[in-house]
Amino acid sequence: MDRKRTGIQAAAALLQNANFKGFFSGKIYQGPLKSVCVPGLNCYSCPGAVGACPIGSLQSFLGAVRFRFPYYVLGLLLFFGALLGRTVCGFLCPFGLLQELLHRIPFVKKTDRFAADRPLRALKYAVLVLLVIVLPLCAALTPFFCKYVCPAGTAAGLLLALRDGLVRAQLGGIFLWKCAVLALIVLGSLIVWRPFCKYLCPLGAIYGFFNRVSLHRMRLDAAKCIGCGACAEACRMCVDPSRAPNSSECIRCGDCVRACPTAALHIGFGERPKEKEL
Amino acid sequence: MKTNAAALWLAIAGAALIGAGIWLGQPAAVLAKAARICLECVGIG
Repeated sequence: MDRKRTGIQAAAALLQNANFKGFFSGKIYQGPLKSVCVPGLNCYSCPGAVGACPIGSLQSFLGAVRFRFPYYVLGLLLFFGALLGRTVCGFLCPFGLLQELLHRIPFVKKTDRFAADRPLRALKYAVLVLLVIVLPLCAALTPFFCKYVCPAGTAAGLLLALRDGLVRAQLGGIFLWKCAVLALIVLGSLIVWRPFCKYLCPLGAIYGFFNRVSLHRMRLDAAKCIGCGACAEACRMCVDPSRAPNSSECIRCGDCVRACPTAALHIGFGERPKEKEL
Repeated sequence: MKTNAAALWLAIAGAALIGAGIWLGQPAAVLAKAARICLECVGIG
């Protein structure tokens, strides 16, 4: 367990949800900070949220009645991606932290390697293309990902419903569907490490495109690597860092770096000599 | 150095897009959406 990373994740989650009084009042923050998208998946309708969700904001631009190219939201995604890639997932995403905490609960059996794992990984790209981009463009005013999938939004709905009778009175079939999706992810998190990040998250899919070029990246010192496979064994995202140190699935959690017996793997900013970047 | 240069250029492109968005008043549109409860997001419909 990496306490330092967990500490950073917790601090990031608290910072992005610093409207603490909202959890008691059931009212969301409406100040100017909400014009800035946070890097991770954090629903802007969560009572604690002080920033905007990048995926929700992107859909609201694409699904607007009068289309405007989303320069601002895409610029933020490009900026975060170029600097950090999926380090955002490993360190800054509140929903990633929630899944990791759930995974720590003792359960019958934990597993990350099963037959359907590889094909399911492609699902997040389908979610990104269909639910976040194509369908909102085709059917105005409907953020399909938020409406039918986003578990962070469902959690926000549950928190709001606890304090706000008006919200509670309006919950219906769609909310039940979303609760079923959330329950599946919660149950899945008890068995598989970060199932939402692996299979469904469109934000992770976007940041994954940047992993090969981002400033914060993994480096393999080929001269030190003895090919023991300890890094691949340690990786809970099922990446083999000795073959693909900057795989789009890597969230830079650093488990492989700690497992390497020869200190051949490095994560950080800047270049190192004798590196292998695949 | 190539990857660092690519990342820097992408970050600069991102910053330029952010600047263009700010110039076009897009943060206000984000705020308008984010400052109200998103009914679809929370599951109301």
